[in-house]
Amino acid sequence: MEALVAIAIGTLTAVGIYLALRMRTFPVIVGLTVLSYAVNLFLFTSGRLTQNRAPIIGTSDVYADPLPQALVLTAIVISFGMTAVIMIMAIGGFLESGHDRVNMADAAGDDETGDAAGEERA
Amino acid sequence: MSLALIAALPFLGALLPGLMIRAGRNACALTTGAFSALALILLALHAPAVLRGEVIQTRIDWLPALGLNATFFLDGLGLLFAGLILGIGLLIILYARFYLAKADPMGQFYTYLLLFQGAMVGIVLSDNILLLLVFWELTSLSSFLLIGYWKHLPEGRQGARMALAVTGGGGLAMIAGMLILGNIAGSYDLTVILQNKEAIQASDWYLPALILILLGAFTKSAQFPFHFWLPHAMAAPTPVSAYLHSATMVKAGIFLMARMWPVLAGTPEWFWIVSTAGLVTMVMAAKIALFKDDLKALLAFSTVSHLGLITMLLGFGTKAAATVAVFHIINHATFKAALFMSAGIVDHEAHTRDLRRLGGLRRLMPITFGIALVASLSMAGIPPLNGFLSKELMLEEAAHTVWLAPWAMGLLATIGAAFSVAYSFRFLAHGFLGPVRDDYPHMPHDPGPGLWAAPAFLAVLVVVIGLVPMTSAAWLVDVAAGAVTGEAVAVKITHWHGLYAPALWMSLAAVGGGLAMLGGFARLRGIWESAPRPEAKRIFDGIVEPMAAGARRINDGVHNSSLSRAIAVATLAIAAAAFWAFTGGTHAEGTRALMPIPPLAAVVWVVMLLAAIALPFLHRERLVALILMGIVGLLIAPFFALMSAPDLALTQISVEVVTILLMLLALHFLPKTTPEESPAPRRLFDAGVAGIAGAGIGWLVWTMMTRDTAFDPISQFHLAQSKPGAGGTNVVNTILVDFRGYDTFGEIIVLGIAALAIFALSENLMRSPAVTRRLARVQPEREAGDRHPMMLVVSTRLLLPMAMMVGVYIFLRGHNMPGGGFISGLVFAIAYLMQYMASGYGWSHARQRFDHHVLIGWGVLIATLSGAAAWLFGRPFLSSAFEYIEIWPLEKFEIASAVAFDLGVFLCVLGAVLLALASLSRLALRSGEVVNTRAYDIETTEEAR
Repeated sequence: MEALVAIAIGTLTAVGIYLALRMRTFPVIVGLTVLSYAVNLFLFTSGRLTQNRAPIIGTSDVYADPLPQALVLTAIVISFGMTAVIMIMAIGGFLESGHDRVNMADAAGDDETGDAAGEERA
Repeated sequence: MSLALIAALPFLGALLPGLMIRAGRNACALTTGAFSALALILLALHAPAVLRGEVIQTRIDWLPALGLNATFFLDGLGLLFAGLILGIGLLIILYARFYLAKADPMGQFYTYLLLFQGAMVGIVLSDNILLLLVFWELTSLSSFLLIGYWKHLPEGRQGARMALAVTGGGGLAMIAGMLILGNIAGSYDLTVILQNKEAIQASDWYLPALILILLGAFTKSAQFPFHFWLPHAMAAPTPVSAYLHSATMVKAGIFLMARMWPVLAGTPEWFWIVSTAGLVTMVMAAKIALFKDDLKALLAFSTVSHLGLITMLLGFGTKAAATVAVFHIINHATFKAALFMSAGIVDHEAHTRDLRRLGGLRRLMPITFGIALVASLSMAGIPPLNGFLSKELMLEEAAHTVWLAPWAMGLLATIGAAFSVAYSFRFLAHGFLGPVRDDYPHMPHDPGPGLWAAPAFLAVLVVVIGLVPMTSAAWLVDVAAGAVTGEAVAVKITHWHGLYAPALWMSLAAVGGGLAMLGGFARLRGIWESAPRPEAKRIFDGIVEPMAAGARRINDGVHNSSLSRAIAVATLAIAAAAFWAFTGGTHAEGTRALMPIPPLAAVVWVVMLLAAIALPFLHRERLVALILMGIVGLLIAPFFALMSAPDLALTQISVEVVTILLMLLALHFLPKTTPEESPAPRRLFDAGVAGIAGAGIGWLVWTMMTRDTAFDPISQFHLAQSKPGAGGTNVVNTILVDFRGYDTFGEIIVLGIAALAIFALSENLMRSPAVTRRLARVQPEREAGDRHPMMLVVSTRLLLPMAMMVGVYIFLRGHNMPGGGFISGLVFAIAYLMQYMASGYGWSHARQRFDHHVLIGWGVLIATLSGAAAWLFGRPFLSSAFEYIEIWPLEKFEIASAVAFDLGVFLCVLGAVLLALASLSRLALRSGEVVNTRAYDIETTEEAR
């Protein structure tokens, strides 16, 4: 099982970073979300894998490590907050400038053409 | 404690003017004044003890390991300065109330003023030099805000920047000097350092420490060659100039030299550096002041000159000279603040400060003239006013000091005094005397008492100290000078020193010389204007501009506003560092037993991996990308459930739902596809970067999971204490609400702030015309036949109470079973969001009785109160308690105070999630979404805007 989890986390990391390297805001945000899955899983596995050992007192003799779970629980909620903030920033950027590029260097002087292109797509 | 309170009061007060300005300008000024007055009263309560020679101390340990403690002490010197800062501060608050125009943001002004006042009081009361440095830098920052208060004036902004660069830079040098000093003395406490004169002066590090500390003091007090920033700071409103540049900020450097006098003074290095800088500054600035036409510039250079005089006296290193310096500090503060305020009145009434356009104001503004007359005669050193007394004493000291040649110091001091007489009389003669003109920009007359009361009070002080110095000021000089020199001082101030005192003849020479200069002013001016003068601002800009350009070049080279490049560089750098660390270190063999693969997990794994791998290939269709991402996210939930983490599974699944909803909404505004832009090599490179990072993380996870932890995890404690200590059996939940409650507290506040930021950003977007234009063009790609199908509406209505019941159940069981505030909040949020989806945002929102912001506020408030309740029982913040109770017919259950905290978490999460999504929906409404009048569609024609 450990090998499968390691492969999954590695794949999610790679997919997340690849998407984060794209040039438009939406794939970048999707990439960051996938990357945050990978990070949450990574934190979770620092408690090692266990089955049927939920940290509920009285249900077992040995319990899974509850601390990484508590950390990851809040991390999941905060990732949502972060995604929401960058999403509104992406929307704002698109609505203000008419394009959704992430690299300012590529976007220089791109306003109206980008606008036109954006309209075609929209 | 009360000393710390004196320093804290202005900072506390600084929170209020911004609010009180809504109650009017008078209320705002009164509130500000109340805080200053309260601090002044507290100070006055300590005054009798200090005058008896006691030193009052307050000690609050802050960071004892670093030697940084909030220790304060009040001795004579501190009393003098704190009294000046708070007392003149009060007068300035009164003056500013009537000086500032209606259009000026007065709340802001008073906030900055109080911040500055607090920082200054902090400097003079600090007993810890590290704390003193913190306050020192705070004065630089707050004075920057004050000088640049009129943001619309380029001179204001440039002057503020120059002041910050010079005084802030000097402050940095001083930090180094203070650290050296603290190291030599073995303590950062001033009271300890002041006892270690021999050790400090014998140290090899004495000279570097001295130079660095003097750099701080000289830049702050505008001593040559750092004097140039002060005249440029005159672009500030006059109340600021009167406060900062007569009584307080520029005196901070003087204060520091006086404070450090017992340990630093008395050496030849001190004498040569300090008295030379002071002498040069005094003479040179007095000369420049004579030729300035702007009233405030004249006063600015005069201030520089008088600061030089005080510095020079401190530089002499004798007890007598230090005593005179202290006396002149008092006198200069009184007459110079009065003069600045009268200059402000002239500017306010005549709309000009240019001496060439003024004259004859004596008849038009008799009250202002009276104040200016007294103050400037004192500045000139005319008996019997207070400026005369300290000037005489200064000349006497100078006459007895040998500097280069026996006569040189006395001669130069007399020349400086002569210039001082000349510019003081020019201020009077060219400003107020002469015939009344008919070409003032605005016909001047005396203002109301609000403006002249403060300078008039100071002018009265000038006269009183001048007439009866022994009763009115000598006691203060005694304790303050005693604190500076460390010995008992009993000063004798008299008007007449006898015919054989050199000061008498030097004084006469100075007055005669000064009058002669004024008589021949026209000719002198011709010489002055033909002589080359280095323009300080041009030199300063000449140094700063290339530095800024260099910094910009480096910045542009490193950071070219390309996010992709930054991410790629960061990823590769982290991977390289991790690889280096991993291969360089040693680790144990991976001997931990592997877990067999459960069949369900294998299925979940295959599907999730397929979705993840498909994502980079199919991501251009954004909706598809979103679905694939959703598959991955949802499948992580069963993985958590299988791996003994039911709480995580619940959280993951509900957050995933909310995230997908959010991104779907967002996609409404964004292009629906991503164009194929990057060339194949670029994509290959990106894949390489991503592959390296993925492989590295995978390998890291693998090595970690195949080994046991090197140390026992601390969660053994949590597991053992969960039931007896926190009263709950769900350890994840007890960690969240109890053991690590502080983290969670911060967490929900962050979440709330994030939601409010989203709301604010969307509000701002709706105000921008470009956005409104583009929003109007946003159209959904395809419309569904029914926007609000009846089936969906009916089923979500039925589901609402059920979903809520589930939410309540999850909340209540959270302490003992999987669940809790976070998950319950998300479940509630989803229940509401379903209504939005079914009947539309506009329709649902109109029927909503509570505000999302309020939910967040209540959440944080309840969490805070439940945490603070522990204080009532003398326990630390967020300590929890629980009790078992039995209410028939229920079985015995336990109730924990942590449940209240969890309720706060619940409300905050609910409010934050709803506010984030509602903000996006509001944007959609703006883009022309129609609001339906009914809950579901029967006839689309009935829809109305």
